Amino acid sequence: MSTLEIKDLTVSVDTEDGAKEILKGVTLTINSGETHAIMGPNGSGKSTLAYSIAGHPKYTITGGTVTLDGEDVLEMSVDERAKAGLFLAMQYPVEVPGVSVANFLRTAKTALDGEAPKLRTWVKDVNGAMNKMHLDPTFSQRSVNEGFSGGEKKRHEIAQLDILDPAFALLDEIDSGLDIDALKVVSEGINDFRARDGKSVLLITHYTRILRYIKPDHVHVFVAGRIAESGGPDLAEELEANGYEKYVAAGV
Amino acid sequence: MTAAVQEALELDKVESHLHPEGSFDVEAHEVPKGREEVWRFTPLKRLKGIHDDAPFADGATKVEVEAAAGVTVETVAADDDVRGLSGLVPTDRVSARAWAASTGATLVRIPTDTVIEGATVIRHHGTGSETAGAGHAVIVAEKFAKATVVLVFEGSAVVADNIEIVVEDGADLTVVSVQDWADDAVHLSTQHAKVGRDANLKHVSVSFGGDVVRHDFSAEYSGPGGSVESLGLYFADAGQHIEHRLFVDHTAPKTKSHVVYKGALQGEKAHAVWIGNVLIRKEAEGIETYEENRNLILTDGAWADSVPNLEIETGEIEGAGHASAIGRFDDEQLFYLRSRGISETEAKRLVVHGFFNDLIRQIGVPELEEKLTSTVEAELAKNINTLIEKDATA
Repeated sequence: MSTLEIKDLTVSVDTEDGAKEILKGVTLTINSGETHAIMGPNGSGKSTLAYSIAGHPKYTITGGTVTLDGEDVLEMSVDERAKAGLFLAMQYPVEVPGVSVANFLRTAKTALDGEAPKLRTWVKDVNGAMNKMHLDPTFSQRSVNEGFSGGEKKRHEIAQLDILDPAFALLDEIDSGLDIDALKVVSEGINDFRARDGKSVLLITHYTRILRYIKPDHVHVFVAGRIAESGGPDLAEELEANGYEKYVAAGV
Repeated sequence: MTAAVQEALELDKVESHLHPEGSFDVEAHEVPKGREEVWRFTPLKRLKGIHDDAPFADGATKVEVEAAAGVTVETVAADDDVRGLSGLVPTDRVSARAWAASTGATLVRIPTDTVIEGATVIRHHGTGSETAGAGHAVIVAEKFAKATVVLVFEGSAVVADNIEIVVEDGADLTVVSVQDWADDAVHLSTQHAKVGRDANLKHVSVSFGGDVVRHDFSAEYSGPGGSVESLGLYFADAGQHIEHRLFVDHTAPKTKSHVVYKGALQGEKAHAVWIGNVLIRKEAEGIETYEENRNLILTDGAWADSVPNLEIETGEIEGAGHASAIGRFDDEQLFYLRSRGISETEAKRLVVHGFFNDLIRQIGVPELEEKLTSTVEAELAKNINTLIEKDATA
């Protein structure tokens, strides 16, 4: 059993007009085996939540705590958080020219496990993960995210989720920019991951359509830097029908 | 005056600061003071006087030749007609002094219609002599020949040299100059190429070692359809001055030039200079040129200058462009890699290898690829303590 606990988290970002508070007290507990969906309008701060948990240097934590099984996540460096079991799939994965996907994956797996993966099973695992995401085997030889289509970038993120096998997956708008076929492939990948023992997912999305393929245990409406309402899967259906309007009006 | 020089002079005169008038007469070149446009970046005080009147003598380097089968390498007398075959006329005092002081020249000849397997390597090993050496080499790829010639410079020495490259019609030549000097070496090299009709030249400059390394590479075309790919890779450490000056003179129509130089800098007073000049003459219609220089600053205290210049005398061209960048590590790249568990040190190492990898592949000399990758690794290792300290404080 492991638990990611976020308590009263406040986060600001530096702007030209000084520090701007984006998260205004977020409290959320994710137990292992659970999938939580965070839904909200643009600019509500839902991506900031994911990046703050992962430790992006752009965001300053001004208050609150994030713990993983009682360990202080905010004290950890970015790579220590990954080693502790966190994984962030990004909305806009970054290009790393000249570094092949194969080299990147192997370096990451070695860093996470503390030893190089066994060559024989490794190649099979990587090819299997690529295959599941409908990525050509030659994909491994391309530079990380360089010249990838939007869909390839997202499928590459989920292939990493499969191979690196973290305990907690933070998925930031993994569904944005995907056509319906790619959305199905990506959703299957996420569901395969969820089927593994004790895996947790924090699924951040603007749209409800991915929730047709991935059934969350809990749904949270995120507005103006905090959780406005929490509920079960039926809350997503209500949002699908009525949108964020009533929350946005209340938030202002 | 050689026929080649006369031919070169037959082109229209261009009033261009990119194209100073050359001369074989040493005294026609004033002793540089440091304010001159072509010298303003170079630390003259560290040149051991070779820009002024320091004497030259033989014995600064020991030369070893590994010639590929089919290639002839010989030493010819200083007054041999082959000198000047590329059209090289010294445009600065160091080049003119080296020309005058050379007691001979190394002639590399690749015969007509032969495709040579493997690289011909000419290794210059600095002997640590206090007295400067003056070198001269002429590399001739005859019509439709194909070959690779690698010049390696290592050890301690003070050297000024002129390297002439002649790529005859339809030939395909790769010349790589690797400056892998010891920390105290000074090397000023003037390399000039004449590229024939439909000929290809790939010129590569790799600079890792040395106290001051300044390389001037220029190219002109003796017929239409010629192509020059000019690649450079450098790694400047604390206190090192590495300067590359490129000049592509589009003297014929339908010619191409593509210049890519990439460098990394680390440590106090590491200094890299890149000047990329391209002149498109009136007669050079339908040409294509692109030049690019990228610098990655790995630590505080390092400094890069990057100056692309493009002078266009005709608008009837296919394309002309340039790009220049000086940057530090990209926070987003490092965050992405680290969010996968990769430490900051390892992430930086991956980014630097990636930065150079494409270029190393483009060099396309298998004998060199592994060596270049491991040299990049060794350069990074010098700085690894600084990177680790940063890791600890991150």
